[in-house]
Amino acid sequence: MATTSTRERSAELRGFRTVQRLAYECAEAVAARLEPGVTEREAARMQREWLRERGVRDWFHLPFAWFGDRTAFAGFRIPLQFFPTDRALEPGMPFILDMAPVYEGCTADIGYSGSLGVNPVQDRLMADLEAHRELILREVRERRPLRKIYQDVDRLMVRQGYANRHRAYPFGVIAHKVDRVKQRRWSPHLFGFGTQSLKGLAADALHGHREGWSPLWSPYRFSDHPPQPGLWAVEPHLGFRGTGAKFEEILVVTDSRDPEESAFWLDDDLPHVRRWAEEK
Amino acid sequence: MTLKGARERWVRTGGVELCVAELGDPQQPTVVLVHGYPDSKEVWSEVAVRLADRFHVVLYDVRGHGRSTAPRPLRGGFTLAKLTDDFLAVADAVSPDRPVHLVGHDWGSVQSWEFVTVARTEGRIASFTSISGPSLDHFGHWIDARVKRPTPRRVGQLLGQGAKSWYVYLLHTPLLPELAWRGPLGRRWPTILERAERVPAGDYPTASLPSDAAHGAWLYRDNVRARLRRPRPDAYAHAPVQLITPQGDAFLSERLYDDLDRWVPQLTRRTLPAKHWVPRTRPDQVAAWIEEFVTSVAGGRPEPAATGRHAERFGGQLVLVTGAGSGIGRATAFAFAEAGARVIAVDRDAEAAARTAELSRLTGAAEAWAEPADVSDEQAMEKLAEKVHREYGVLDVLVNNAGIGLSGSFFATTTDDWRTVLDVNLWGVIHGCRLFGARMAERGQGGHIVNIASAAAYQPSRALPAYSTSKAAVLMLSECLRAELAAQGIGVTAVCPGFVNTNITSTARFTGVDEAEQRRRRQRSARLYGLRNFPPEKVADAVLDAVARNRAVVPVTPEAKGAHLLSRLAPGLLRRIARVEPRL
Repeated sequence: MATTSTRERSAELRGFRTVQRLAYECAEAVAARLEPGVTEREAARMQREWLRERGVRDWFHLPFAWFGDRTAFAGFRIPLQFFPTDRALEPGMPFILDMAPVYEGCTADIGYSGSLGVNPVQDRLMADLEAHRELILREVRERRPLRKIYQDVDRLMVRQGYANRHRAYPFGVIAHKVDRVKQRRWSPHLFGFGTQSLKGLAADALHGHREGWSPLWSPYRFSDHPPQPGLWAVEPHLGFRGTGAKFEEILVVTDSRDPEESAFWLDDDLPHVRRWAEEK
Repeated sequence: MTLKGARERWVRTGGVELCVAELGDPQQPTVVLVHGYPDSKEVWSEVAVRLADRFHVVLYDVRGHGRSTAPRPLRGGFTLAKLTDDFLAVADAVSPDRPVHLVGHDWGSVQSWEFVTVARTEGRIASFTSISGPSLDHFGHWIDARVKRPTPRRVGQLLGQGAKSWYVYLLHTPLLPELAWRGPLGRRWPTILERAERVPAGDYPTASLPSDAAHGAWLYRDNVRARLRRPRPDAYAHAPVQLITPQGDAFLSERLYDDLDRWVPQLTRRTLPAKHWVPRTRPDQVAAWIEEFVTSVAGGRPEPAATGRHAERFGGQLVLVTGAGSGIGRATAFAFAEAGARVIAVDRDAEAAARTAELSRLTGAAEAWAEPADVSDEQAMEKLAEKVHREYGVLDVLVNNAGIGLSGSFFATTTDDWRTVLDVNLWGVIHGCRLFGARMAERGQGGHIVNIASAAAYQPSRALPAYSTSKAAVLMLSECLRAELAAQGIGVTAVCPGFVNTNITSTARFTGVDEAEQRRRRQRSARLYGLRNFPPEKVADAVLDAVARNRAVVPVTPEAKGAHLLSRLAPGLLRRIARVEPRL
């Protein structure tokens, strides 16, 4: 019984792992093509086209690209400011590519930080994100309430000397649930978000509301519950005076009693994880 | 005169003999210092000795000044073309193979602008540092632009500079200036400099002053009218330029340099809160900026590294921030770092201070150090001051920020509570001002002290008797110290932030309640401060602005500003608010 469910689950996880890898491949391919003068709009289009060529038809959200101090969401007041602008990339500028493709019904949501040439500040931010990846996994395995974990991440950021920039996301989320999405021939999007995915999120929100959990992992009271099994796209985002850095990847949470099995990162072979390993 | 260890030589050119003094190793890059009016090369003596261990320093008396001979006849003997000949002759004599780094003050800068913008000196000048002396050509175009398109603001600028130039008109009268300088004005000049310009008394000005000033009048008569009427259209600098602008210059408006980017492709701006004679009044800062600029140009980096707010003001300055391990202190350290300052981060948490120093270096601080110390511990502070002065130098800016929170009824506040909060919030500031401020005043080259007070300093509250008392004391201490140090050119500012989202709430003590209730109140107040969400970075920006503008009391958040206004207009209302017990 247990073995079948594990096998079923691993087959399903394979699908999510494939699309997450595809998305990170896209990020690396687009990042390699960025050069001085490329605008955020162009970078977003490059991601979209790259993924469409490889069979992506639907999105959790359309690709974003942020350059320069927009990586730290400097001066962001309304959500429309997340959308790509005509800001052009300059040497030394940090950038973040963020995309959430749906491929064969599986969703990925990834964030990739880099810079054009050397940017020591962003390098430092990226290196310091490792502690957050470890902290989040450890505390999820301890089944601590999500709101408490959020506050612990916050405290670590402050100690490191950084500002919490995921606070700028809608509902200030550090993570949100992702799930399988029905594939339709026509998949429109609303304010950059795929309607199918929004439907899934809304259904989850309704379920959760009845059962006392939320698909959004926020600093607010509605996140004051232990981790809910499922797939969570986790995106801690550090900001330091006009420079931002984040990673985003899927954390698998199960109802297993074994701590190792109860929560794990979907894939440990990702650019930022490889980078930390190399630095050691 | 005090050019100790200087080697002298004479350079003969165009019918005059120039007295040239050299210091330092001739193998090092050559820095040529050109003096102004009414001066001789000795105006540079303080700066020259500071540069001599790094550079080959060359000074010369401009023709007709100091020990150089005057041209005959005087009329027509001081044109910019002839001054350029002199410079080239000196440069060829002291550094025949390599271009020189040029530094000019006052008329030395005016003529150096000519050197650096004419074609025949190309390849002979590696860099130019200009202090208080515009190019006459740029000046001519500046006037031209304002006369041709006289908007109200431009007319104001024109009239402002016109009034500051009163002495130029006087110098164009025949004979009168000569009589005055050789008579009473020459005798009184040292006293005038000391009183009006705060130039330290001593062996400057030299005995040759009356004849320097009399001859030098021809600098104006030979050049000013001709150039202002017909400024050269091609006065572009062919070397990187560093412009040092004293903000309190009685003779030159800061606005004169507004259009300078048009003429100088590689321009570094610096500003200094001082009067006209900065080579005498601020030799440390002037020498440090010359050294930094010459070194960076020689190393192939003509642009400044730091680009943050007020980088032109704080670049290379030594700044110490207490409580720099978190909150406002940390943000202030970063803001100064971004402006290119040298930052000393002091905190009782050594790890947090180290982190601040490390990130400061990444954001652009020229240098940054962490020094663990508890500001309430007198001996630790004395040790810190001793180490800082020995290893890093005298501070340019001191930020007394470290503070703790204490809330609760007066009767629930124990004497130990009082002692703790006063030790940190008040005694910490006193130790800082006493130990670092004394050396600042002793050096006599200006500086600034910022004390972080609080809106609670003027907004009473029944919930914060001890904290508000400590902060009110800090506010008054700052005001008194500001009065005392004004004569030394040291500014003192009290910053009153208001509710700022920092960890002061999670370390604050709430008196008269048990441990659990205390924890609950900390969380609750942290949450409220979080909802208010006023970032410490904005307070840091306010600190830098306050230092740059030398403001006395600076409330930061809107509620702090509002309360400050009410404390003067309607103190009764504040007293009413003070009675409200905040529900936590």
